[in-house]
Amino acid sequence: MDTFLQQLVNGLTTGSVYAVVALGYTMVYGIIQLINFAHGEVVMIGAMVAFTVINLLAGGGMPPLMVVLIGTACAIPVCMIVGYAMERLAYRPLRRAPRLAPLITAIGVSIILQHLAMLVWSRNVLAFPQILRTQTYALGGASISNVQVAIITTCVAMMAGLALLVYRTRLGTAMRATAQNPQVAGLMGIDINRVIAFTFLIGAALGAVAGVLYGTYYGVAQYTMGSILGLKAFSAAVLGGIGNIPGAMLGGVLLGIVEALGAGYIGDFTDLCAYDSLRGALGERCADGGHFILAGSNYQDVFAFLVLILVLVFRPSGLLGERVGDRA
Amino acid sequence: MNNSRIASTLLAAALGLAGCGDKSAPKPAAKSDAPAAAAAPAAAGIEIKIGHVGPLTGQIAHLGKDNENGARLAIEQANEAKIKIDGKDAKFTLVAEDDQADPKVGTTVAQKLVDAKVAGVVGHLNSGTSIPASPIYNQAGIPVISGSATNPKLTEQGFKTQFRVVGRDDQQGPAIANYLASNTKPKLVAVIDDATAYGEGLANEVEKSLKAAGVKVLPREKGTDKTTDWKAILTKLRGRNPDAVFYGGMDATGGPLLKQGKELGIKAVFSFGDGACTDEMNKLAGAAADGLLCSQAGIPPLASDKKFLDAYKKKYGVDPIIYSPFTYDSANLLIEAMKKANSADPAKYLPELQKISYTGATGPISFDEKGDRKDAEITIFTMKGGKLDPIAIIKGGKTIPYQEFVKK
Repeated sequence: MDTFLQQLVNGLTTGSVYAVVALGYTMVYGIIQLINFAHGEVVMIGAMVAFTVINLLAGGGMPPLMVVLIGTACAIPVCMIVGYAMERLAYRPLRRAPRLAPLITAIGVSIILQHLAMLVWSRNVLAFPQILRTQTYALGGASISNVQVAIITTCVAMMAGLALLVYRTRLGTAMRATAQNPQVAGLMGIDINRVIAFTFLIGAALGAVAGVLYGTYYGVAQYTMGSILGLKAFSAAVLGGIGNIPGAMLGGVLLGIVEALGAGYIGDFTDLCAYDSLRGALGERCADGGHFILAGSNYQDVFAFLVLILVLVFRPSGLLGERVGDRA
Repeated sequence: MNNSRIASTLLAAALGLAGCGDKSAPKPAAKSDAPAAAAAPAAAGIEIKIGHVGPLTGQIAHLGKDNENGARLAIEQANEAKIKIDGKDAKFTLVAEDDQADPKVGTTVAQKLVDAKVAGVVGHLNSGTSIPASPIYNQAGIPVISGSATNPKLTEQGFKTQFRVVGRDDQQGPAIANYLASNTKPKLVAVIDDATAYGEGLANEVEKSLKAAGVKVLPREKGTDKTTDWKAILTKLRGRNPDAVFYGGMDATGGPLLKQGKELGIKAVFSFGDGACTDEMNKLAGAAADGLLCSQAGIPPLASDKKFLDAYKKKYGVDPIIYSPFTYDSANLLIEAMKKANSADPAKYLPELQKISYTGATGPISFDEKGDRKDAEITIFTMKGGKLDPIAIIKGGKTIPYQEFVKK
């Protein structure tokens, strides 16, 4: 039970990071029906910028939390610039092009950003300075660290903030109007280009924070970290229903939990020696507490993509998405 | 466009990206000493090319560069010593190649060195790249000495040209396992590996020795050499309450593993093999690294010859990380064998290399019939206050406290 609870806590932590990154995918998709595959790279750049700043300030005697906050504060504008530039230079000229063109461009932008990051920060795995003292609290048998608490609360706060922005402000109304029908929104006096640019800026800012959280949580950053994280967040967005903001949040958290539980228990479930009927057949290999495990925890990364495939096969519109079909 | 069309486009795009994500980027032009080589031979001189291979890019580029530095130092010293071979002035040059720690690139680079007609090779750093590259060198008859590949298979293939100057995993595995069994006295140990030739090989050896010592071992858990999230595995292990955890893998993955283990409140003693027995661990895992037990094949760099340490520090401004004393010796062994045979022809100096008896920066070196170093040492370290502290040297099955070893 303790183990199960702990896996849930772990899943919830990574899941909330996935959720925030997934928001970046889903917002852009909701507005211009583009899967911005370069979003994972924006997250990576956020982590890298924060790494550089934190590294510079780490020895300076400032309180550690302050250093991390300054790092984040530097990462956000850099990512926003990257997000804006990406939209302005790569996607806007293609807005009227066939849908495949911007999609492939997104992959191109992703590769370019990754290699630019490689030139700036090298190929090495960068170790985040461990300046935050990790404290762990007991939570009914599971332990949760202050970093995990911070990640979950930050992510929840950002999601709440985004929901407020989208559903309660003029900009949000404009975003929703543009998502429904850009032409008509334009006729109503909404500057569509501005709204789309803002969407990218907000997504990039969220991504920057997610990158910093991810980096400080695992303590490492590398120029390739964005690709797998981005794909998982993309899977999360699809799981929740791409284009749907609450869907991305739900999808992210669910995916994190599926992954943690999957990796935690797959070994037990595929241990043939655990099944009485098979134990006899395997004979010696199971004798004396032996194990015969078909698929172990190294299949952790498979779960996200398994979920992606299952969703696309059985419910392409995702858990909460309904409008995808008639949109496209 | 209907739902299923969207679905298939998304899926195709995602899978396509997944494929790209893992691949390492195109490699930059490999550093080579071509200009130096071109300027070389004077009328009475001969130019002798020695290859070095290690990852100069990627997760363990820092270790690859350290290895290369060792070999380069040996070559430069040999040039300063104005060695004569076959009556001619020998001019040694280092052809340094990057194998990105990737077995596929490893074989390509090996072929490149063979085509460049190197007289001998120092490397590769990883077992995973050394093993597939070894038949290529063997076919060309070029002697290879690895200063860091510890997988037993490397010298078990019956290649006369393959040597190594470090201990093997089946020496290192038992060494760390026995040290763990006799000093920590665990009842239950969890063994994790990163599913690479090195990590899995070492973990197998450790498991075998632990079981032989009567210690119970949990079913193997596996990550990959890119895993950063170990929480699921560690949480599962925490439920089983092991007294010790062994991980076969490199520092870039071992650091997060250690950090997350401590965060989850796992009380077990963590122990790693040589790939994760670096000072880098302190940066990667922070305070969680304290108390780590780990082993290195060979003696600690700082216990190697003072003259080598001073020369290295003077030339590169830093201390050796792990294996540069061994690659330094490897290069020197090649040169020494050439001197003895009075020839840089691999066919002529190979017999000399097989029966060599040489005292290098890491102590006396001679090879057994497989090409393994006789009586190779294994060192056990513990992480203390952010620094790796050698505590014992294991040689020929005997455990010698480090202080005693240094006195000798």
